[in-house]
Amino acid sequence: MQFLVSRYNPESDEAPHLQSFEIETWRGMMLRDALLEIKRQDESFAFRHSCGEGVCGSDAVNVNGSNRLACITAVADLKAPVTVRPLPGRPIVRDLVVDMSQFYAQYRAVTPWLVRKDPMPEQEIRQSPAERARLDGLYECILCGCCSTACPSFWWNPDKFHGPQALLTAWRFLADSRDQATEERLDALEGPYRLFRCHTIMNCVEVCPKGLNPTRAIGHIKQLMLGHAI
Amino acid sequence: MTLARRRFDALIIGAGGAGLNAALQLADSDFRVAVVSKVFPTRSHTVAAQGGVNAALANVLPDNWHWHMFDTVKGSDWLGDQDAIEYMCREAIPTVYELEHAGVPFSRLDNGKIYQRAFGGQSQNFGGPQAARTCAAADRTGHAILHTLYQQNLRARTHFFDEYFAIDLIRDDEGAILGALVLEIENGEPLLIEAKATVLATGGCGQVFRTTSNAHINTGDGMAMALRAGIPLMDMEFFQFHPTGIAGKGMLITEGVRGEGGYLINKDGERFMERYAPNAKDLASRDVVSRAIVTEVKEGRGCGPNGDHVLLKLDHLGEEIINQRLPGIRETGRIFAGVDAAKEPLPVFPTAHYAMGGIPTDRFGRVLVPHGTGEEVVPGLYAAGECACVSVHGANRLGGNSLLDILVFGRAAGLDLREQLGRHHRPLDEASVEQAMARLNRWDRKGDGPTVRELRDAFRKAMEDHAGVFRTEEIMSEGLEQLRALREELDAVCLRDHSRIFNTARIEALELENLVDCGMAIAVSALARRESRGAHSRPDYPERDDVNWMKHTLYFREGDRLDYKPVHTRPLTVESFPPKERVY
Repeated sequence: MQFLVSRYNPESDEAPHLQSFEIETWRGMMLRDALLEIKRQDESFAFRHSCGEGVCGSDAVNVNGSNRLACITAVADLKAPVTVRPLPGRPIVRDLVVDMSQFYAQYRAVTPWLVRKDPMPEQEIRQSPAERARLDGLYECILCGCCSTACPSFWWNPDKFHGPQALLTAWRFLADSRDQATEERLDALEGPYRLFRCHTIMNCVEVCPKGLNPTRAIGHIKQLMLGHAI
Repeated sequence: MTLARRRFDALIIGAGGAGLNAALQLADSDFRVAVVSKVFPTRSHTVAAQGGVNAALANVLPDNWHWHMFDTVKGSDWLGDQDAIEYMCREAIPTVYELEHAGVPFSRLDNGKIYQRAFGGQSQNFGGPQAARTCAAADRTGHAILHTLYQQNLRARTHFFDEYFAIDLIRDDEGAILGALVLEIENGEPLLIEAKATVLATGGCGQVFRTTSNAHINTGDGMAMALRAGIPLMDMEFFQFHPTGIAGKGMLITEGVRGEGGYLINKDGERFMERYAPNAKDLASRDVVSRAIVTEVKEGRGCGPNGDHVLLKLDHLGEEIINQRLPGIRETGRIFAGVDAAKEPLPVFPTAHYAMGGIPTDRFGRVLVPHGTGEEVVPGLYAAGECACVSVHGANRLGGNSLLDILVFGRAAGLDLREQLGRHHRPLDEASVEQAMARLNRWDRKGDGPTVRELRDAFRKAMEDHAGVFRTEEIMSEGLEQLRALREELDAVCLRDHSRIFNTARIEALELENLVDCGMAIAVSALARRESRGAHSRPDYPERDDVNWMKHTLYFREGDRLDYKPVHTRPLTVESFPPKERVY
C-alpha cells in the first residue's frame, strides 16, 4: 500500500514535501503501525505516539484530509494512496510534529480545574448519578487537538478564540454540580472572540476520535450565558 | 558552548500520577517545583489505567483498611513490606477523598457516594466473601485522575518542562543527588536542572517485553538512571502479566470486566477458573489467572484456529451495564479485536503489564541503599510510583493497587519533602555533569553498526521468550546468554539521524539503553530466585520457599551483582500477618 507522508526537517528543508513509502499491510493494521513501519525504513521520520490505544492523545494527524488518531485508524478503512500530513493550522516542528502551545494556552485560559468555595466535607462531595451523567461526553477528552485544528475559526484566531477543545473543557466544569465558579467562568467567556467565534461549522464533532460533541457544549454555554445576562 | 542551567527547590522527573501528586503537595506550599516529562503530562501512562483505585470506603459492601491490608499482604505472596502496606491502606481513604475534592469525576451510587466495584483478590473479613473496594470513574479512572492532577498543578503554578528527556542524575562524591541533565526534545539542547531534591516518578519498563499493555514511553528511564548512579533495583524478577490483554496485540481489558460479572471460557465453553480457584474463580489474583490461561492453551484447550487464546465473556451483562460501566472496553474490543463485546466474547491472552520491583524506597519515598549491615537514605533522592519499590506489591500486585500506590506514595514524597527541603543547594559536581553529557554525546558517533530498532526488537523478543509467565533454569540461562550478547552489541549501535530538531531516533536510542539495563535486572534476578512466589513461577521449583527466599532481591548494574535484604514483616500498629498457603 502506498503512503504519502509529509516530511519537513527545518535543518535541511525549505518547505514541507510529500514522500512516498510502500508498506506491506496486515490484517488489523492501524495507521500507527504503518507509520512505525515507515520509521523502520527511515529512522529520521518523526511523529508523536505512545499508548497505541487511543487514550493518551499523542498521535493525532491529518489523514486523507481528515484529523484522526493514527493508533485507532484501521489502514483497511483508508483509500490508497494514504496521505498523512501534520494537523493543519499549527506551526510544523518537524515531519508530523506540530507546535501545540497555542492549543494548550487556550486550554489553560478556561480555568480548567474544579473551583470549590465551601469548606470540603470529611468524605466525598455528594453527587447524584444524574448530576454525574452530565459529565459524560465531556470529561473523556484526551487533548489530542483533532477538533481545534479542524476548526476554521481557530485557524483564523488561535490567539483569541478558545477553540472547541477549551470550550468543551469550560462546559465540563460549568456542568459539574460540585463547581462553584459559574459566574466567574461565564464572565471570562464574554466578548466577541473567546466563545462567540464559534460559527457552528461542526468540523469538531465530525473529527473527534472519542465521539464527543464540542458544538453541543458550546450551545449549552451560550444558553447559560443568555440566562446569566438577564 | 555553555550549558544552560536552571535551579528549583525540587525536580520531579515524570508527570504521571506519582509525579503530579508529589508536585502538587510542593507547589501548594509555594515551593519552586519543576516537573520534567518526555511527553505532554496527560500523555503519561497513568492515563491508560482503567478499572480504578482501591480504598476501603465501604460505600457498597462492608470494608475497612485492615481487610485491605490483609488482601494486599496475601496478594504479595508475603513478600510485601507490612509497614508500608499498612500505611498505604490507611492513607487510601483520605487520598481518594482528596482526589474527589480535586474534581475527579468518579462514577456514583444512588446516595451520591463514589461507586466501588469488585476486583480480584479482594475480601471482607480477612479472606471471607468478595469485597467491593475499587473506586471507579467508569473504565477510565486513570484518565480521570491524571487529567485532574494536571489541572490542579496548573492551578498551583507548577513549572512544567514538557517534552524534555532526562539523561542522567547529577551527584557528588558523597552520593548526594543534585539534580539532572535533561534534553529539550524540540531543539535538541541539553539543560542542567539543579534541585535540592529530585523525585524519580518515571513509571514502568513494560516495553522490555514484546507483547505488552505498556505504552511506547514505558522504557524504565528512571530505574536505569538509578542503576547508573550505583543504586540497586529491588525485586525486579516480579513482573506482572495481566491475564486479559487482547490476544496477539496486548491492549488491556480491565479486570473490572470480571469485577462486573464477566468470566473466562476455554474452547469447550468451560468456565475453567472454577478448577484453578474454586472460591474466587475469575477474581483470583492476577498471577493465578494468567497461569491458568497459559496452562489451558498449553494443554490444548485454547480458542481460535491456532488455539492460542481464551475468551472473556461479558455479553450477558447487557448493553446498558456495558455502556455505563465499561464503555472504553466496548470501544477497544471493536477497534482492536473487531468484536462487539456486548454481543460476542473477547479473545484474550496474558500481556506484560507491571513491574512490582523498582528503586528501593521507604514509605516516605526516600531512596535506600545498603550501608554496612543496614541501609541508608540517598541524600536528595526520592522515587515514587511504578519505578519505585516500597515494597507494597511484593511478588504480585492486586488490581486497583497501582493507582493507589502512585497516589499515596507520590503524595508521601511531596509531604516529606515539604519538611526536609533545606535552604541551600549543594555545590554542583562538574565531573558528574560531564559524565551525563558523555552519555548523550555518545550517540553523535557515526558508522554502520546495528540500528537501534534491530537491537531493540531482538532484546524484547529474547525477554519475552526467556523471562515470561513460566520460567525454568534452562530457558532462563539460555536467555541470559542472549541478553548479555545483545548488551555487548549495544556499544556498536549507531544512529543514522544526527539532526537536532525533534530527533525521535536519538530519544529511542537513549531509551534502548534504559530498556537493556532494566531487562538485565529482571533476567539476572529471576534466574537466581529458585522458588515460585507470586508472579515468579518456576516449574522446576514449584513451591514457595519461605525459609530461604522470603527476602527482597537487590540487583546492581556493576558486574550484574545481586544482594538480598529482609522483608519487613512488622506492620506499624497492628499484628503481623504470618505467611500461610495462598489459595483463592
